[in-house]
Amino acid sequence: MALNIVVCAKQVVDPETPVSAFRIDADARRVVPAPGVPPVVNGFDENAVEAALRIKDGTDAAIAVVSVGSGFAMDVMKKPLSMGADQLVLVDDEAVADLDAAATAYVLSRAIERLGGYDLVLCGRQASDWDNAQVPLGIAETLGLPCVTMAQKVEAHNGGLVVERVLDEGYQVVEADMPALVTVSNELGEPRYPSLRGIMAASRKSPTVWTASDLDLDPARLAPSLELVDLFIPVTDRQCEMVEGEDGQDTGRRLALRLREEKLI
Amino acid sequence: MTGAALGVLAAGEWTDGRLYPGTGELLALGRSLDCGEVSVALLGDAPESVCREAVSLGADAVYTASHPLTGDGDADADVSAIAQICGQAKPRVLLFGKTAFGAEVGPRVAFRLGVGAAQDCVAVEAEDESGRVVVTRPVHGGNAMARLRFPDADPKVAIVRGKAYEPLAADGSRRGEIRRVELEPPVVRTRRVETVESRSAGVRLEDASVVVAGGRGLGGPSPFEQLEELAGLLGGAVGASRAVCDAGWLDHSYQIGLTGKTITPDLYITVGISGASQHMAGCSGARHTVAINKDADSNIFKAASFGAVGDWQDILPSFIETIRELVES
Ligand SMILES: Cc1cc2nc3c(=O)[nH]c(=O)nc-3n(C[C@H](O)[C@H](O)[C@H](O)COP(=O)(O)OP(=O)(O)OC[C@H]3O[C@@H](n4cnc5c(N)ncnc54)[C@H](O)[C@@H]3O)c2cc1C
Ligand SMILES: Nc1ncnc2c1ncn2[C@@H]1O[C@H](COP(=O)(O)O)[C@@H](O)[C@H]1O
Repeated sequence: MALNIVVCAKQVVDPETPVSAFRIDADARRVVPAPGVPPVVNGFDENAVEAALRIKDGTDAAIAVVSVGSGFAMDVMKKPLSMGADQLVLVDDEAVADLDAAATAYVLSRAIERLGGYDLVLCGRQASDWDNAQVPLGIAETLGLPCVTMAQKVEAHNGGLVVERVLDEGYQVVEADMPALVTVSNELGEPRYPSLRGIMAASRKSPTVWTASDLDLDPARLAPSLELVDLFIPVTDRQCEMVEGEDGQDTGRRLALRLREEKLI
Repeated sequence: MTGAALGVLAAGEWTDGRLYPGTGELLALGRSLDCGEVSVALLGDAPESVCREAVSLGADAVYTASHPLTGDGDADADVSAIAQICGQAKPRVLLFGKTAFGAEVGPRVAFRLGVGAAQDCVAVEAEDESGRVVVTRPVHGGNAMARLRFPDADPKVAIVRGKAYEPLAADGSRRGEIRRVELEPPVVRTRRVETVESRSAGVRLEDASVVVAGGRGLGGPSPFEQLEELAGLLGGAVGASRAVCDAGWLDHSYQIGLTGKTITPDLYITVGISGASQHMAGCSGARHTVAINKDADSNIFKAASFGAVGDWQDILPSFIETIRELVES
């Protein structure tokens, strides 16, 4: 029987947006995307797609990618399909955009249940917009799944999972029975580039689009559990003293002497 | 839980008979909130000496729970244990450190209790008039800061970044009560098979007063030997940007930043690091940053006190030699 894998993937503001182009609308308490910089699939979620594809490389598996939000950029969100995922499900509704972690976890849990049987739910370790690192934990608690975080390697055989999880110093090997949820970190390795064939195949596929009403959501569970009172860009008022010499060698020497003068070394 | 909730419970961590430094920081933060008893939960049969250490650092009460599965890295067991202790202590505020334990167990306990949690807080405060609890945390990779206010429901769960608070000076004369808690046995659904440690010799990155770090600009792993040499001269540790660890030049345990280690050295020397916000998120607590980078517009110079613009291959050798002369003379 094929293994059913669900990957949760979020569309985010490009985290590599240069610091100088990063803007927020303080009154509306939201980030204003830099003009001309398209959104991306959250990087760790691409790692999660890659983890799913590596399982699929070795065994019969079907991969569904689920995303919750609104204003999806279709060419961006189709990237997992072009990498080799089978299905894309977008829960596309203003009512579920900009939810906090607890509410997002609830909506994703409902969507995952609606997909039908699943063996493995893969998420990124955190989304690079709000850096919450909470949604997967919420899904695991809601669906009652065993949860393994920070995977750098995920193997699935005979109903069991073997996960290598990154520790501060080193790693740990953990086993769990499926169904289970695993969060994936960048230590898993680079996500594969979509092949030309993959891109063609993805362009022919259309996503399954659900709205909030398709999921029969309890409005009480969409309310924020924390109130955002302020969003601001921190000011750094450091003045950098540039040390210059006649050439690189001289600069290096002067820099060291300057640090001694300041008693920093 | 509403109404009766009072005080602060810190989910403590300890190892080898000592409290984690971060637990002392949580206790100091707990006292600063000034909302009743400050207690600490110590899982895994904490010895009395560790309990007393917690009291000397500010705990009024210590909850110890000795179920064999807790406190040993099984999140399922720890979530269940902290949730149960929380049921007894009924705190207004439940604090965790931003560690492998806290970042996972904290939000899961919150979900289980039906309340919200805030990750990676750099400040947790009670508002002047209302006493409502507000946290400050970096978001968008450190490009922005968010202030979030908890609703009335208790407990308010905050996961606090290391070194954001100073521990109190230990006071052996402080008194505190040790409360042993009987736990319902947890259901643990994951099995640990093996742990492979990669602790590097020498000073720990997080504790070092001098850190020398390299980035993608170094071009490969071998220049890190020169950084090792420099760190050795200054009694410091070597670190790296994520680009370096992703490329496999160094192990991930060297990574500094949002998703790596938080460092707070007196002196932070960077070579060939651009200073992306996600990197700076882990080193903004450095007292002085020194940057060597060939691009004068690079973001790292915005955080640096001293900078040198140029190719590291020209600057670094004489920099290291001069430092050698200075420290050896
Ligand atoms: C969610 C998320 C989490 C992240 N977490 C982290 C994290 O924890 N830590 C982290 O570091 N990054 C993190 N990143 C990545 C971060 O955004 C940057 O991509 C990364 O820090 C860049 O590393 P770098 O500065 O080494 O490389 P680059 O940005 O490529 O910079 C290289 C620098 O070297 C300089 N240079 C090149 N050649 C020379 C030379 N010969 N001499 C002198 N200078 C030279 C260049 O001018 C440039 O400034 C994260 C990203 C995301 C999205
Ligand atoms: N709106 C969303 N749609 C799909 N997946 C999400 C969404 N939000 C969070 N996730 C998943 O949860 C992970 C952690 O997100 P967060 O808790 O927001 O940091 C992400 O890497 C995704 O895998």
